[in-house]
Amino acid sequence: MTIEQTAASAVTAETVASTVLGFLVERTRTTPEVDQDLFASGVVSSMFAMELIVHLEKSFGVSIVGGDLKLDNFRSVRSMTALVLRLRGDSAPAADG
Amino acid sequence: MPDPTPMVKCLVWDLDNTLWQGTLLEDATVELADAVREVVSTLDSRGILQSISSKNDHDLAMARLEQLGIAEYFVLPRISWGPKSEAVRAIADQLRFAHTAMAFIDDQPAERAEVSFHLPEVRCYSAEQVLSLVDLPEFSPATVTVDSRRRRQMYQASFQREAEQARFTGPDEEFLRSLNLEMRIGRAGDEELSRVEELTLRTSQMNATGVHYSDAALRGLLADPGHEVLVTTLSDRFGPHGAVGVLLLAVQPEVWHLKLLATSCRVVSFGAGAVLLNWLTDQASRAGAHLVADFRRTDRNRMMEVAYRFAGYTDQSCPCVAALPPAEAEDVQRLHLVPTARPAPTTMRLVAPDLAADHALARPGPVR
Repeated sequence: MTIEQTAASAVTAETVASTVLGFLVERTRTTPEVDQDLFASGVVSSMFAMELIVHLEKSFGVSIVGGDLKLDNFRSVRSMTALVLRLRGDSAPAADG
Repeated sequence: MPDPTPMVKCLVWDLDNTLWQGTLLEDATVELADAVREVVSTLDSRGILQSISSKNDHDLAMARLEQLGIAEYFVLPRISWGPKSEAVRAIADQLRFAHTAMAFIDDQPAERAEVSFHLPEVRCYSAEQVLSLVDLPEFSPATVTVDSRRRRQMYQASFQREAEQARFTGPDEEFLRSLNLEMRIGRAGDEELSRVEELTLRTSQMNATGVHYSDAALRGLLADPGHEVLVTTLSDRFGPHGAVGVLLLAVQPEVWHLKLLATSCRVVSFGAGAVLLNWLTDQASRAGAHLVADFRRTDRNRMMEVAYRFAGYTDQSCPCVAALPPAEAEDVQRLHLVPTARPAPTTMRLVAPDLAADHALARPGPVR
């Protein structure tokens, strides 16, 4: 993931990662490493997955649909950051209005 | 489809001169008529929750309810000097019921008017109607199951559970393990069928197809060797959650077609849907069959799509999808998964039939 794609906006890998981390700390009461597999136990509550998705969408003005909803995109702070930056790269002009 | 009489899911009782005869603050020995006690226990057995909104001394009123032996029938009683509309609203909020599912009974016309003014959708009844409530259509659900008869206890257990969760400070997974959850997946029989119908009617957020399977339709599929109708129940150390999931599967040697998956929104936070999908994936993997799941997007079931996608289902095409009979509605998506072996859940015990073995036996060719 390159930062250049989103250079025009204030959203960087660092701000996305820290927002995601903040949510995880509040919601799970643990602080994961950026590469830690959050779903190592294999079974994720759909409620938690849903909260995570809605939180990313609201925080960054993106919409996560279809094939992008796969578990691998949400497996770690790093993969969620990459997903958000990619979606913002694709849709930033529309989202920013 | 307009429903002429939406069911009452919770009836809120006034106490003085409605539930019991007389005014408690003037007569500490107010009595409960046997016929009224009968109404309370009948409504309870139909799965209709009952609560209290009374302007009274809280401790005195609760003590009298205990003495009369009916305190246990009431969930979330509100006994205070505040407006009754606020009490009814708070009870509905805590139960997560719409106001259209709430009813209020009080001998005082002014109290009924106050509730109606602020909560126009709440149905109000006068004390003269107490004995006839059980004959009204809105208090007469079409199906009464073992779960509806236990509904009040299930709500009471869930209040205890929520209180415990609020006190718990560790990660969710540790909390889940502390509940001693046990999921049972079983083939539906006669008794389970009506629970299934009730579940698909009551469950909209987690119904993947948005298709309602009637009792008759499912009964027909029970006898069909090509279909599996599975009902999931969940319990924990606070008590049973009842039937929380239903799964309708059309089984062929090469592909297992998941036509219906509905899980109760009460147990989504326990990961029940994910555990169920995970189990199915493992079973299909052992049977050597692909999985195809029907999904029709509604404005309320996005969580179900997330559950499928997180379980590994994709839009990828596969010859097995093309071989299935066409979907009943145009907007049904068919999500596909090539299953792999999955570990058992870490948050609950799982008791389930060995679908893979049962269907492997029916397959032609060598079987280990």
